[in-house]
Amino acid sequence: MIIENSGLILSVKDLTADVDGTPILKGLNLQVRAGEVHAIMGPNGSGKSTFSKVLAGHPAYTVTGGEVIFQGANLLEMEAAERARNGVFLAFQYPLEIPGVSNLDFLRVAYNSRRKAQGLEEVDAFDFDDLVEEKLDVVKMNSSFLNRSVNEGFSGGEKKRNEILQMAILEPKLAILDETDSGLDIDALKIVANGVNQLTNAENATIMITHYQRLLDYIVPDFVHVMARGQIIRSGGKELALELESRGYDWVLEEALGVGV
Amino acid sequence: MTIEVSPSSISDSFLDRDAFLTGLLNQVTVSEKDDCLQQLRDGAVKWVRHSVIPNTRDEEWRFTDLSPLKQIDFKLGMFQEISLESDILSEVSQRLVFVNGVYSPDLSHTEDLPAGLKVGNLDVLSDEVAQQYLAQSEGTREVFTALNTAALNDVAVVWVGKNVVVETPIHLLFVSVSGESATISQPRVLVVAESNSQVGLIEEYTNHRDTENTEKEVYFTNGVTEIWVNENAQVSHNRVVREGAAAFHVGKTAVTQARYSRYSCNAVTVGGRISRHNLEILQTGEQTETTLNGLTVIGDNQLADTHSALSLNHPHGVSKQLHKCIIGDRAHGVFNGKVFVPKPAQLTNASQLNRNLLLSSKSRIDTKPQLEITADNVKCAHGATVSQLEDDQIFYLQSRGIDENNARKLLVNGFAMEVINFIPVASLRESLLKTVTSLTNK
Repeated sequence: MIIENSGLILSVKDLTADVDGTPILKGLNLQVRAGEVHAIMGPNGSGKSTFSKVLAGHPAYTVTGGEVIFQGANLLEMEAAERARNGVFLAFQYPLEIPGVSNLDFLRVAYNSRRKAQGLEEVDAFDFDDLVEEKLDVVKMNSSFLNRSVNEGFSGGEKKRNEILQMAILEPKLAILDETDSGLDIDALKIVANGVNQLTNAENATIMITHYQRLLDYIVPDFVHVMARGQIIRSGGKELALELESRGYDWVLEEALGVGV
Repeated sequence: MTIEVSPSSISDSFLDRDAFLTGLLNQVTVSEKDDCLQQLRDGAVKWVRHSVIPNTRDEEWRFTDLSPLKQIDFKLGMFQEISLESDILSEVSQRLVFVNGVYSPDLSHTEDLPAGLKVGNLDVLSDEVAQQYLAQSEGTREVFTALNTAALNDVAVVWVGKNVVVETPIHLLFVSVSGESATISQPRVLVVAESNSQVGLIEEYTNHRDTENTEKEVYFTNGVTEIWVNENAQVSHNRVVREGAAAFHVGKTAVTQARYSRYSCNAVTVGGRISRHNLEILQTGEQTETTLNGLTVIGDNQLADTHSALSLNHPHGVSKQLHKCIIGDRAHGVFNGKVFVPKPAQLTNASQLNRNLLLSSKSRIDTKPQLEITADNVKCAHGATVSQLEDDQIFYLQSRGIDENNARKLLVNGFAMEVINFIPVASLRESLLKTVTSLTNK
């Protein structure tokens, strides 16, 4: 939802970043305010996923210029774990399997590290169980998932739901969903989208990175941005996504960059 | 392990070629006793006198160089009074304790035994039963086993009678206490599960952790465990080797399984300067099931070697083996897993997986799955993996607010827990996890 004069959560200015010396982000600008849902779309290789990983602090990406201010603080100076504890959450495109670590233990450790950063008391295993039970409902997950190793043997849809469960528990200020819809059938997509919709409110903000307009039918964005060649080349409302769906990306690229793809 | 040496056929010039071994033999030899075991001892002494300590030219010891062991002058460890607090498992009621290989009735707890269960020193068995089973396991003949048999004295005995089901596991605790000089002790275990019986064991080797400097104590534990799983019986065996950082450990586990029997082993080895586990399982009847889980965790310049040999000789045999190693610093792990599936062992289902986690660029693993299959209608699988902690896994945990150090710890512990979780005693699982954590987070 767009709220007049709501607080600025994320401000990205002229951000440039490399992977192994190859520039991927080439001057990216974006402002996200509390309550807003932003969708970033764009062709393969445009730098969408890189942007999400740079925000989360992946060590393989080197920021070479620009600034990222998150809730008034310089995000780029923080370690990945510190960003998470301060309220940045990345839902992975390919969530990793952590053999031998139970989902429940993992969620509790993550939850308590966030609470500690907020100056709150850690929650013991007993109380945490209650909290998790409640949150399972957000993504229609069965409690048997909690005793399994993190993502091990999970189907694609289960992994994505597990990401949203983590988001529900960590209650981030800024959630970045990296291709959360890819590989999902329509039923799983509805569950995931419904989960995200329950978690968005006037205090937090969401950035969705996606290939497909389909997701935006279920999580309706306030803004749609088109990314190409490491920059946001066009921004608009949700109707931009529909236009992209029917006309493809070429016309935007032509208008913005004066070339075809 | 049956010792058949005819001394007349070998010239005396082959005797006592290895001064170190002769020294050990002299240390451990017990004064002649006129008991039913003397013939066994005599035979084993002869075997030892004709042998040498293996070196790396020996295929079975290719990666495990025992020269550090041979540099030490070991004296026979004597019984010492100790207190046990940290080694007692609260969930376990029956306990046998041996200090430097010597039985301690005071530290043991063998009261309220159910009918049909014998737990204690060798004298709980009749001579007849002792002679039927002790040192009678077939399998590889080798010098360390013979050295142990040569000095047969106290033996931890668990005998489970026909149809007896023992509810809680029995703790066999072997504590080494080393003083001024380096000591050798030779623990011995005999387990007999008669037909249709069921029992769980926790066989644990450790040093006395309640004193200072325990990490620096030099000692040598040379243990032999024989387990007889008779028809349709079930033995759940947990073997924990948690020796001091400067300790040497050689252990033999020889298991003989009759038809329809089930045997499982969860073997965890943590620390120790050089440790070697020879695990030999012989299936002697059809439809026999063997499950082997192993975990080795070493750091510094430690070496841990597991050699397992599993013989499935009859139809419908099942075996499942998982061996995992976590190797840090300059440590060196060795795994050699033999599985024999000869012609008669049709419809065998055997799997083996060895997974290794290397924590540093100087750590090393030598792994060798060795399946010898001549039966033609079987299902056999094996695999070995070597990996490091993945950056992406660490980042995933970091992205959930977990610091890099804690992320590493969580991943390493997770790798270890897959095996530790099989151990049925919660307090032991917890203390093992602590030991693993302290060894891998330095």
